[in-house]
Amino acid sequence: MIAAAGIDVLQPRHLKDALIMLRVAADEGRPLVPLAGGTDLFVTLNAGQKPAARYLDLWRLDKLRGVEALGRRRLAFGGLATFTDSIESKAVQKRLPILVDAARQVGGVQIQNRGTLAGNIENGSPAADGVPVLMAADARVVLRSLDDERAVPLAEYYTGYRKTVRRPDELIVRIEVDVPEGGQRFEKVGTRAAQAISKVVMAAVGHRVAFGSVAPIIVRAHKLEAYLAAGGRDIGEAQRLVAEDVTPIDDVRSTAEYRRRVVANLVAAWVPSLDKRTATR
Amino acid sequence: MKKAKTKTNAKAQASAKAQANTKAHAKKKTKAARSPKITLRLNGKKAAVAAPPMKRLLDTLREDLGLTGTKEGCGEGECGACTVLVDGAAVNSCLVASCQVDGCDVQTVEGMARGNAKVAARLHRLQRAFLEHGAAQCGICTPGMLMAALALPKRATLDEIRAGLAGNLCRCTGYMKIYDAVAQFLDGERR
Repeated sequence: MIAAAGIDVLQPRHLKDALIMLRVAADEGRPLVPLAGGTDLFVTLNAGQKPAARYLDLWRLDKLRGVEALGRRRLAFGGLATFTDSIESKAVQKRLPILVDAARQVGGVQIQNRGTLAGNIENGSPAADGVPVLMAADARVVLRSLDDERAVPLAEYYTGYRKTVRRPDELIVRIEVDVPEGGQRFEKVGTRAAQAISKVVMAAVGHRVAFGSVAPIIVRAHKLEAYLAAGGRDIGEAQRLVAEDVTPIDDVRSTAEYRRRVVANLVAAWVPSLDKRTATR
Repeated sequence: MKKAKTKTNAKAQASAKAQANTKAHAKKKTKAARSPKITLRLNGKKAAVAAPPMKRLLDTLREDLGLTGTKEGCGEGECGACTVLVDGAAVNSCLVASCQVDGCDVQTVEGMARGNAKVAARLHRLQRAFLEHGAAQCGICTPGMLMAALALPKRATLDEIRAGLAGNLCRCTGYMKIYDAVAQFLDGERR
Protein backbone atom coordinates (compact mmCIF):
# COMPACT_ATOMS: atom_id res chain seq x y z
CA MET A 1 0.00 0.00 0.00
CA ILE A 2 1.16 3.47 -0.70
CA ALA A 3 1.54 6.33 1.69
CA ALA A 4 -1.25 8.19 -0.02
CA ALA A 5 -1.79 10.69 2.76
CA GLY A 6 1.33 12.68 1.92
CA ILE A 7 0.58 13.11 -1.75
CA ASP A 8 -0.86 16.36 -3.06
CA VAL A 9 -3.33 16.34 -5.93
CA LEU A 10 -4.78 19.32 -7.74
CA GLN A 11 -8.08 18.67 -9.51
CA PRO A 12 -8.93 21.40 -12.00
CA ARG A 13 -12.26 21.33 -13.81
CA HIS A 14 -11.20 23.52 -16.70
CA LEU A 15 -8.22 23.29 -19.01
CA LYS A 16 -7.33 26.91 -18.39
CA ASP A 17 -7.10 26.26 -14.65
CA ALA A 18 -4.93 23.22 -15.28
CA LEU A 19 -2.56 25.28 -17.42
CA ILE A 20 -2.36 27.99 -14.75
CA MET A 21 -1.55 25.38 -12.12
CA LEU A 22 1.17 23.87 -14.31
CA ARG A 23 2.68 27.30 -14.90
CA VAL A 24 2.67 28.29 -11.23
CA ALA A 25 4.16 24.99 -10.17
CA ALA A 26 6.82 25.19 -12.88
CA ASP A 27 7.71 28.75 -11.85
CA GLU A 28 8.03 27.60 -8.25
CA GLY A 29 10.38 24.86 -9.37
CA ARG A 30 8.05 22.12 -8.13
CA PRO A 31 6.52 20.80 -11.35
CA LEU A 32 3.24 18.93 -11.22
CA VAL A 33 3.05 15.44 -12.68
CA PRO A 34 -0.03 15.06 -14.90
CA LEU A 35 -2.25 12.14 -13.89
CA ALA A 36 -4.78 10.70 -16.35
CA GLY A 37 -6.01 7.10 -16.06
CA GLY A 38 -3.22 6.21 -13.64
CA THR A 39 -2.51 2.81 -15.18
CA ASP A 40 1.23 3.41 -15.40
CA LEU A 41 1.57 5.84 -12.54
CA PHE A 42 -0.05 3.67 -9.88
CA VAL A 43 2.12 0.71 -10.82
CA THR A 44 5.20 2.68 -9.79
CA LEU A 45 3.44 4.12 -6.75
CA ASN A 46 2.29 0.68 -5.62
CA ALA A 47 5.79 -0.69 -6.11
CA GLY A 48 7.00 1.88 -3.60
CA GLN A 49 9.12 3.71 -6.10
CA LYS A 50 9.37 7.26 -4.94
CA PRO A 51 6.36 9.24 -6.10
CA ALA A 52 6.66 12.79 -7.24
CA ALA A 53 5.29 14.98 -4.51
CA ARG A 54 2.43 16.58 -6.42
CA TYR A 55 0.04 15.52 -9.13
CA LEU A 56 -2.33 17.26 -11.48
CA ASP A 57 -5.44 15.15 -11.98
CA LEU A 58 -6.69 15.67 -15.53
CA TRP A 59 -9.64 13.28 -15.31
CA ARG A 60 -12.25 16.04 -14.93
CA LEU A 61 -11.19 17.92 -18.06
CA ASP A 62 -14.03 16.60 -20.18
CA LYS A 63 -13.08 18.75 -23.16
CA LEU A 64 -10.03 16.54 -23.65
CA ARG A 65 -12.10 13.39 -24.09
CA GLY A 66 -12.88 11.51 -27.26
CA VAL A 67 -11.72 11.12 -30.84
CA GLU A 68 -12.66 13.42 -33.71
CA ALA A 69 -12.52 12.65 -37.42
CA LEU A 70 -11.69 15.62 -39.62
CA GLY A 71 -11.66 15.60 -43.40
CA ARG A 72 -10.90 12.34 -45.15
CA ARG A 73 -7.74 11.26 -43.40
CA ARG A 74 -7.33 13.22 -40.18
CA LEU A 75 -7.92 11.93 -36.68
CA ALA A 76 -7.66 14.11 -33.58
CA PHE A 77 -7.39 12.31 -30.27
CA GLY A 78 -8.14 14.34 -27.16
CA GLY A 79 -5.58 14.40 -24.40
CA LEU A 80 -7.80 12.02 -22.40
CA ALA A 81 -8.84 9.74 -25.28
CA THR A 82 -8.56 6.18 -23.98
CA PHE A 83 -7.64 2.96 -25.75
CA THR A 84 -11.30 1.97 -25.48
CA ASP A 85 -12.26 5.21 -27.25
CA SER A 86 -9.97 4.22 -30.13
CA ILE A 87 -11.30 0.65 -30.23
CA GLU A 88 -14.91 1.87 -30.37
CA SER A 89 -14.37 4.74 -32.82
CA LYS A 90 -15.68 3.97 -36.30
CA ALA A 91 -13.33 6.59 -37.72
CA VAL A 92 -10.28 4.96 -36.14
CA GLN A 93 -11.44 1.51 -37.26
CA LYS A 94 -11.66 2.81 -40.80
CA ARG A 95 -8.64 5.11 -41.04
CA LEU A 96 -6.09 3.62 -38.69
CA PRO A 97 -7.22 0.06 -37.97
CA ILE A 98 -3.78 -0.95 -36.64
CA LEU A 99 -4.35 1.44 -33.74
CA VAL A 100 -7.42 -0.62 -32.86
CA ASP A 101 -5.29 -3.78 -33.06
CA ALA A 102 -2.68 -2.23 -30.79
CA ALA A 103 -5.24 -0.84 -28.33
CA ARG A 104 -6.84 -4.27 -27.96
CA GLN A 105 -3.47 -5.65 -26.91
CA VAL A 106 -2.77 -3.05 -24.25
CA GLY A 107 -3.40 -4.86 -20.96
CA GLY A 108 -6.97 -6.07 -20.46
CA VAL A 109 -10.26 -4.20 -20.81
CA GLN A 110 -9.70 -2.61 -17.40
CA ILE A 111 -6.48 -0.97 -18.60
CA GLN A 112 -7.97 -0.03 -21.97
CA ASN A 113 -10.83 1.77 -20.20
CA ARG A 114 -8.46 4.00 -18.22
CA GLY A 115 -5.22 4.21 -20.16
CA THR A 116 -4.91 7.17 -22.53
CA LEU A 117 -2.92 7.61 -25.74
CA ALA A 118 -1.40 10.80 -24.35
CA GLY A 119 -0.37 8.95 -21.20
CA ASN A 120 1.10 6.16 -23.31
CA ILE A 121 3.17 8.79 -25.11
CA GLU A 122 4.21 10.89 -22.12
CA ASN A 123 5.05 7.94 -19.89
CA GLY A 124 7.84 7.33 -22.38
CA SER A 125 8.10 3.56 -22.05
CA PRO A 126 10.11 2.09 -24.93
CA ALA A 127 7.66 -0.84 -24.80
CA ALA A 128 4.50 1.25 -25.30
CA ASP A 129 2.16 -0.45 -27.78
CA GLY A 130 0.19 2.56 -29.00
CA VAL A 131 3.18 4.78 -29.68
CA PRO A 132 4.77 2.84 -32.60
CA VAL A 133 1.45 2.95 -34.46
CA LEU A 134 1.06 6.70 -33.98
CA MET A 135 4.71 7.27 -34.85
CA ALA A 136 4.48 5.24 -38.07
CA ALA A 137 1.39 7.29 -38.96
CA ASP A 138 3.34 10.57 -38.59
CA ALA A 139 1.31 11.71 -35.56
CA ARG A 140 1.84 15.15 -34.05
CA VAL A 141 1.69 15.79 -30.32
CA VAL A 142 -0.07 19.08 -29.57
CA LEU A 143 1.35 20.67 -26.43
CA ARG A 144 -0.39 23.62 -24.86
CA SER A 145 0.81 26.00 -22.20
CA LEU A 146 -0.92 29.03 -20.76
CA ASP A 147 0.13 31.26 -23.63
CA ASP A 148 1.18 29.01 -26.46
CA GLU A 149 0.41 25.90 -28.42
CA ARG A 150 2.84 23.89 -30.51
CA ALA A 151 2.69 20.65 -32.47
CA VAL A 152 5.69 18.33 -32.21
CA PRO A 153 6.10 15.36 -34.54
CA LEU A 154 5.91 12.25 -32.36
CA ALA A 155 9.07 10.98 -34.06
CA GLU A 156 10.89 13.96 -32.49
CA TYR A 157 9.12 13.85 -29.12
CA TYR A 158 11.63 11.73 -27.20
CA THR A 159 15.05 13.01 -26.25
CA GLY A 160 16.16 9.94 -24.31
CA TYR A 161 14.93 7.07 -22.13
CA ARG A 162 11.62 8.30 -20.68
CA LYS A 163 12.58 11.89 -21.55
CA THR A 164 10.37 14.06 -23.71
CA VAL A 165 10.39 17.59 -25.11
CA ARG A 166 7.39 18.55 -22.96
CA ARG A 167 8.14 21.51 -20.73
CA PRO A 168 6.81 21.35 -17.14
CA ASP A 169 4.21 24.03 -17.93
CA GLU A 170 2.86 22.18 -20.96
CA LEU A 171 0.15 19.58 -21.34
CA ILE A 172 -0.65 17.19 -24.18
CA VAL A 173 -4.07 18.42 -25.24
CA ARG A 174 -4.38 16.61 -28.54
CA ILE A 175 -2.73 14.08 -30.81
CA GLU A 176 -3.29 14.67 -34.51
CA VAL A 177 -2.78 12.19 -37.29
CA ASP A 178 -3.16 12.67 -41.03
CA VAL A 179 -3.09 8.99 -41.84
CA PRO A 180 -0.66 8.45 -44.74
CA GLU A 181 -1.63 6.32 -47.72
CA GLY A 182 -0.53 2.73 -47.85
CA GLY A 183 -1.01 -0.66 -46.25
CA GLN A 184 -0.95 -0.90 -42.47
CA ARG A 185 0.65 -3.56 -40.33
CA PHE A 186 0.96 -4.10 -36.59
CA GLU A 187 2.92 -6.89 -34.95
CA LYS A 188 3.34 -7.35 -31.23
CA VAL A 189 5.62 -10.11 -30.05
CA GLY A 190 5.09 -10.88 -26.39
CA THR A 191 4.81 -13.82 -24.03
CA ARG A 192 1.04 -14.13 -24.43
CA ALA A 193 -1.72 -12.35 -26.30
CA ALA A 194 -3.17 -10.34 -23.41
CA GLN A 195 -1.53 -8.65 -20.45
CA ALA A 196 1.99 -9.00 -21.77
CA ILE A 197 4.58 -6.28 -22.14
CA SER A 198 6.16 -6.43 -25.58
CA LYS A 199 9.46 -8.02 -26.48
CA VAL A 200 9.26 -6.35 -29.88
CA VAL A 201 6.55 -4.20 -31.49
CA MET A 202 6.45 -3.18 -35.14
CA ALA A 203 3.98 -0.79 -36.74
CA ALA A 204 3.99 0.22 -40.39
CA VAL A 205 1.94 2.59 -42.53
CA GLY A 206 3.02 2.51 -46.17
CA HIS A 207 6.81 2.39 -46.03
CA ARG A 208 6.90 4.24 -42.69
CA VAL A 209 7.85 1.89 -39.92
CA ALA A 210 8.39 2.23 -36.17
CA PHE A 211 9.69 -0.25 -33.63
CA GLY A 212 9.14 -0.55 -29.88
CA SER A 213 11.20 -2.35 -27.21
CA VAL A 214 14.36 -2.32 -29.32
CA ALA A 215 15.95 0.97 -28.21
CA PRO A 216 15.81 3.37 -25.23
CA ILE A 217 12.91 5.06 -27.02
CA ILE A 218 10.38 4.05 -29.66
CA VAL A 219 12.14 4.62 -32.98
CA ARG A 220 11.41 5.12 -36.64
CA ALA A 221 13.63 2.93 -38.80
CA HIS A 222 14.98 5.76 -40.95
CA LYS A 223 17.58 3.79 -42.90
CA LEU A 224 15.15 1.03 -43.75
CA GLU A 225 12.48 3.56 -44.71
CA ALA A 226 14.84 5.46 -47.04
CA TYR A 227 15.74 2.20 -48.79
CA LEU A 228 12.10 1.17 -49.19
CA ALA A 229 11.01 4.66 -50.29
CA ALA A 230 13.62 4.50 -53.05
CA GLY A 231 12.07 1.27 -54.26
CA GLY A 232 14.45 -1.19 -52.61
CA ARG A 233 12.80 -4.52 -51.92
CA ASP A 234 15.70 -6.90 -51.27
CA ILE A 235 14.95 -8.61 -47.98
CA GLY A 236 18.57 -9.22 -47.02
CA GLU A 237 19.45 -5.56 -47.54
CA ALA A 238 16.30 -4.46 -45.66
CA GLN A 239 17.32 -6.65 -42.73
CA ARG A 240 20.87 -5.33 -42.78
CA LEU A 241 19.61 -1.74 -42.70
CA VAL A 242 17.03 -2.23 -39.97
CA ALA A 243 19.74 -3.76 -37.80
CA GLU A 244 21.43 -0.36 -37.91
CA ASP A 245 18.19 1.39 -36.93
CA VAL A 246 17.65 -0.54 -33.69
CA THR A 247 19.78 -0.91 -30.55
CA PRO A 248 18.13 -3.58 -28.41
CA ILE A 249 19.39 -4.66 -24.99
CA ASP A 250 19.09 -7.71 -22.73
CA ASP A 251 16.46 -7.19 -20.05
CA VAL A 252 13.91 -9.10 -17.95
CA ARG A 253 11.65 -9.73 -20.92
CA SER A 254 14.09 -10.82 -23.58
CA THR A 255 17.61 -10.66 -24.95
CA ALA A 256 19.18 -8.30 -27.45
CA GLU A 257 20.00 -11.21 -29.74
CA TYR A 258 16.42 -12.50 -29.76
CA ARG A 259 15.08 -9.03 -30.43
CA ARG A 260 17.44 -8.51 -33.38
CA ARG A 261 16.36 -11.80 -34.85
CA VAL A 262 12.66 -11.03 -34.39
CA VAL A 263 13.04 -7.56 -35.94
CA ALA A 264 14.73 -9.16 -38.97
CA ASN A 265 11.97 -11.77 -39.23
CA LEU A 266 9.21 -9.18 -38.98
CA VAL A 267 10.85 -7.14 -41.73
CA ALA A 268 11.19 -10.23 -43.93
CA ALA A 269 7.50 -10.97 -43.50
CA TRP A 270 6.45 -7.37 -44.10
CA VAL A 271 8.54 -6.14 -47.05
CA PRO A 272 7.07 -8.46 -49.72
CA SER A 273 3.57 -7.20 -48.84
CA LEU A 274 4.50 -3.56 -49.42
CA ASP A 275 3.45 -3.36 -53.04
CA LYS A 276 0.23 -5.29 -52.73
CA ARG A 277 -2.78 -3.11 -53.23
CA THR A 278 -4.79 -4.31 -50.28
CA ALA A 279 -3.86 -3.37 -46.78
CA THR A 280 -1.94 -6.12 -45.07
CA ARG A 281 -2.93 -6.57 -41.50
CA MET B 1 -11.83 19.48 -27.67
CA LYS B 2 -11.57 23.05 -28.82
CA LYS B 3 -8.93 24.53 -31.04
CA ALA B 4 -6.60 26.87 -29.26
CA LYS B 5 -7.88 30.37 -28.97
CA THR B 6 -5.03 31.62 -31.05
CA LYS B 7 -2.87 34.61 -31.63
CA THR B 8 -1.97 37.72 -29.82
CA ASN B 9 -5.24 38.89 -28.34
CA ALA B 10 -6.11 35.74 -26.52
CA LYS B 11 -2.47 35.25 -25.70
CA ALA B 12 -2.11 38.67 -24.10
CA GLN B 13 -5.36 38.24 -22.23
CA ALA B 14 -4.35 34.88 -20.97
CA SER B 15 -1.01 35.95 -19.67
CA ALA B 16 -2.36 39.15 -18.10
CA LYS B 17 -5.12 37.26 -16.41
CA ALA B 18 -2.72 34.57 -15.40
CA GLN B 19 -0.38 37.07 -13.80
CA ALA B 20 -3.22 38.57 -11.83
CA ASN B 21 -4.80 35.31 -10.85
CA THR B 22 -2.15 32.71 -10.63
CA LYS B 23 -1.16 32.84 -6.99
CA ALA B 24 -4.61 33.32 -5.52
CA HIS B 25 -6.08 30.89 -8.00
CA ALA B 26 -3.59 28.14 -7.34
CA LYS B 27 -3.84 28.60 -3.58
CA LYS B 28 -7.61 28.34 -3.67
CA LYS B 29 -7.54 25.27 -5.88
CA THR B 30 -4.86 23.60 -3.80
CA LYS B 31 -6.93 24.00 -0.71
CA ALA B 32 -10.04 22.70 -2.41
CA ALA B 33 -8.16 19.71 -3.76
CA ARG B 34 -6.98 18.74 -0.29
CA SER B 35 -10.52 18.38 0.95
CA PRO B 36 -10.65 14.68 1.66
CA LYS B 37 -14.37 14.05 1.31
CA ILE B 38 -15.41 11.93 -1.64
CA THR B 39 -19.05 11.39 -2.49
CA LEU B 40 -20.19 8.67 -4.84
CA ARG B 41 -22.98 6.27 -5.64
CA LEU B 42 -21.85 2.95 -4.27
CA ASN B 43 -23.85 -0.09 -5.27
CA GLY B 44 -26.84 2.11 -5.96
CA LYS B 45 -26.74 4.07 -2.71
CA LYS B 46 -25.28 7.44 -1.89
CA ALA B 47 -22.04 7.20 0.03
CA ALA B 48 -19.44 9.60 1.35
CA VAL B 49 -15.99 8.84 2.61
CA ALA B 50 -13.01 10.84 3.80
CA ALA B 51 -9.88 9.51 2.13
CA PRO B 52 -6.58 10.92 0.91
CA PRO B 53 -7.01 11.76 -2.78
CA MET B 54 -4.29 9.40 -4.02
CA LYS B 55 -5.38 6.48 -1.86
CA ARG B 56 -6.14 3.56 -4.14
CA LEU B 57 -9.85 3.02 -4.70
CA LEU B 58 -9.18 -0.60 -3.70
CA ASP B 59 -7.97 0.46 -0.24
CA THR B 60 -10.72 3.02 0.25
CA LEU B 61 -13.32 0.36 -0.54
CA ARG B 62 -11.79 -2.24 1.75
CA GLU B 63 -10.54 -0.12 4.65
CA ASP B 64 -12.83 2.88 4.80
CA LEU B 65 -16.06 1.57 3.34
CA GLY B 66 -15.80 -1.95 4.77
CA LEU B 67 -16.31 -3.65 1.42
CA THR B 68 -13.73 -6.42 1.47
CA GLY B 69 -15.28 -8.39 -1.38
CA THR B 70 -12.92 -6.63 -3.78
CA LYS B 71 -9.57 -8.43 -3.62
CA GLU B 72 -6.00 -7.38 -4.19
CA GLY B 73 -3.99 -9.76 -6.33
CA CYS B 74 -0.96 -8.25 -7.99
CA GLY B 75 -1.34 -4.55 -7.30
CA GLU B 76 -0.11 -3.65 -10.77
CA GLY B 77 -3.03 -4.07 -13.13
CA GLU B 78 -2.16 -7.55 -14.38
CA CYS B 79 -4.57 -9.86 -12.58
CA GLY B 80 -7.94 -8.11 -12.44
CA ALA B 81 -8.84 -9.44 -8.97
CA CYS B 82 -9.61 -5.89 -7.85
CA THR B 83 -11.95 -5.15 -10.78
CA VAL B 84 -14.91 -2.91 -10.00
CA LEU B 85 -17.21 -0.92 -12.27
CA VAL B 86 -16.86 2.86 -12.39
CA ASP B 87 -19.75 4.42 -14.31
CA GLY B 88 -20.36 0.99 -15.78
CA ALA B 89 -16.82 0.42 -17.06
CA ALA B 90 -14.52 -2.25 -15.64
CA VAL B 91 -11.40 -0.80 -14.00
CA ASN B 92 -8.60 -2.10 -11.82
CA SER B 93 -9.30 -0.45 -8.47
CA CYS B 94 -5.62 -0.83 -7.51
CA LEU B 95 -4.77 1.69 -10.23
CA VAL B 96 -7.48 4.27 -9.59
CA ALA B 97 -7.04 7.28 -7.32
CA SER B 98 -9.94 7.59 -4.89
CA CYS B 99 -10.33 11.26 -5.79
CA GLN B 100 -11.07 10.23 -9.37
CA VAL B 101 -14.34 8.51 -8.42
CA ASP B 102 -15.79 11.58 -6.73
CA GLY B 103 -19.28 11.94 -8.19
CA CYS B 104 -19.10 8.55 -9.95
CA ASP B 105 -21.22 5.43 -9.81
CA VAL B 106 -19.17 2.57 -8.36
CA GLN B 107 -20.30 -1.05 -8.32
CA THR B 108 -18.58 -3.79 -6.36
CA VAL B 109 -19.35 -7.47 -5.90
CA GLU B 110 -21.31 -6.62 -2.74
CA GLY B 111 -23.92 -4.92 -4.91
CA MET B 112 -24.81 -8.11 -6.78
CA ALA B 113 -26.82 -10.29 -4.39
CA ARG B 114 -30.09 -9.12 -2.87
CA GLY B 115 -30.19 -9.12 0.92
CA ASN B 116 -28.69 -12.15 2.62
CA ALA B 117 -26.25 -13.60 0.13
CA LYS B 118 -26.13 -16.91 2.01
CA VAL B 119 -29.44 -17.76 0.43
CA ALA B 120 -28.68 -18.99 -3.06
CA ALA B 121 -32.00 -17.74 -4.43
CA ARG B 122 -30.95 -14.19 -3.63
CA LEU B 123 -27.72 -14.36 -5.51
CA HIS B 124 -27.38 -12.49 -8.76
CA ARG B 125 -28.01 -14.71 -11.76
CA LEU B 126 -24.38 -14.45 -12.77
CA GLN B 127 -23.31 -15.61 -9.31
CA ARG B 128 -25.72 -18.54 -9.51
CA ALA B 129 -24.27 -19.47 -12.89
CA PHE B 130 -20.79 -19.50 -11.32
CA LEU B 131 -22.08 -21.81 -8.58
CA GLU B 132 -23.80 -24.15 -11.00
CA HIS B 133 -20.78 -24.45 -13.26
CA GLY B 134 -18.17 -24.74 -10.53
CA ALA B 135 -16.54 -21.61 -11.90
CA ALA B 136 -14.75 -20.84 -8.64
CA GLN B 137 -12.11 -22.80 -6.79
CA CYS B 138 -9.90 -20.78 -4.46
CA GLY B 139 -12.15 -17.83 -5.16
CA ILE B 140 -9.79 -14.90 -5.06
CA CYS B 141 -10.32 -14.05 -8.72
CA THR B 142 -14.09 -14.52 -8.49
CA PRO B 143 -15.24 -11.02 -7.47
CA GLY B 144 -13.12 -9.51 -10.25
CA MET B 145 -14.34 -12.09 -12.77
CA LEU B 146 -17.94 -11.33 -11.85
CA MET B 147 -17.48 -7.60 -12.23
CA ALA B 148 -15.62 -7.89 -15.55
CA ALA B 149 -18.32 -10.26 -16.83
CA LEU B 150 -21.06 -7.81 -15.83
CA ALA B 151 -19.48 -5.21 -18.10
CA LEU B 152 -19.67 -7.49 -21.16
CA PRO B 153 -22.15 -6.66 -23.90
CA LYS B 154 -25.22 -8.89 -23.72
CA ARG B 155 -24.51 -10.26 -27.20
CA ALA B 156 -20.90 -11.17 -26.48
CA THR B 157 -19.64 -14.22 -28.37
CA LEU B 158 -17.28 -16.72 -26.77
CA ASP B 159 -14.33 -14.85 -28.30
CA GLU B 160 -15.65 -11.59 -26.90
CA ILE B 161 -16.08 -13.19 -23.49
CA ARG B 162 -12.46 -14.34 -23.65
CA ALA B 163 -11.28 -10.87 -24.68
CA GLY B 164 -13.45 -9.20 -22.05
CA LEU B 165 -11.99 -11.43 -19.33
CA ALA B 166 -8.42 -11.40 -20.66
CA GLY B 167 -7.47 -8.97 -17.91
CA ASN B 168 -8.62 -11.38 -15.20
CA LEU B 169 -6.27 -14.18 -14.24
CA CYS B 170 -7.43 -17.42 -12.62
CA ARG B 171 -4.84 -19.97 -11.53
CA CYS B 172 -7.30 -22.72 -10.56
CA THR B 173 -10.08 -23.30 -13.03
CA GLY B 174 -8.39 -23.23 -16.42
CA TYR B 175 -11.05 -20.67 -17.39
CA MET B 176 -13.45 -23.02 -19.21
CA LYS B 177 -15.94 -23.26 -16.34
CA ILE B 178 -15.85 -19.50 -16.03
CA TYR B 179 -16.54 -18.98 -19.74
CA ASP B 180 -19.37 -21.53 -19.54
CA ALA B 181 -20.94 -19.74 -16.58
CA VAL B 182 -20.68 -16.34 -18.24
CA ALA B 183 -22.04 -17.68 -21.53
CA GLN B 184 -25.02 -19.21 -19.76
CA PHE B 185 -25.69 -15.99 -17.90
CA LEU B 186 -25.53 -13.88 -21.07
CA ASP B 187 -27.73 -16.37 -22.88
CA GLY B 188 -30.33 -15.95 -20.13
CA GLU B 189 -30.05 -12.16 -20.32
CA ARG B 190 -30.83 -12.22 -24.04
CA ARG B 191 -34.08 -14.11 -23.58
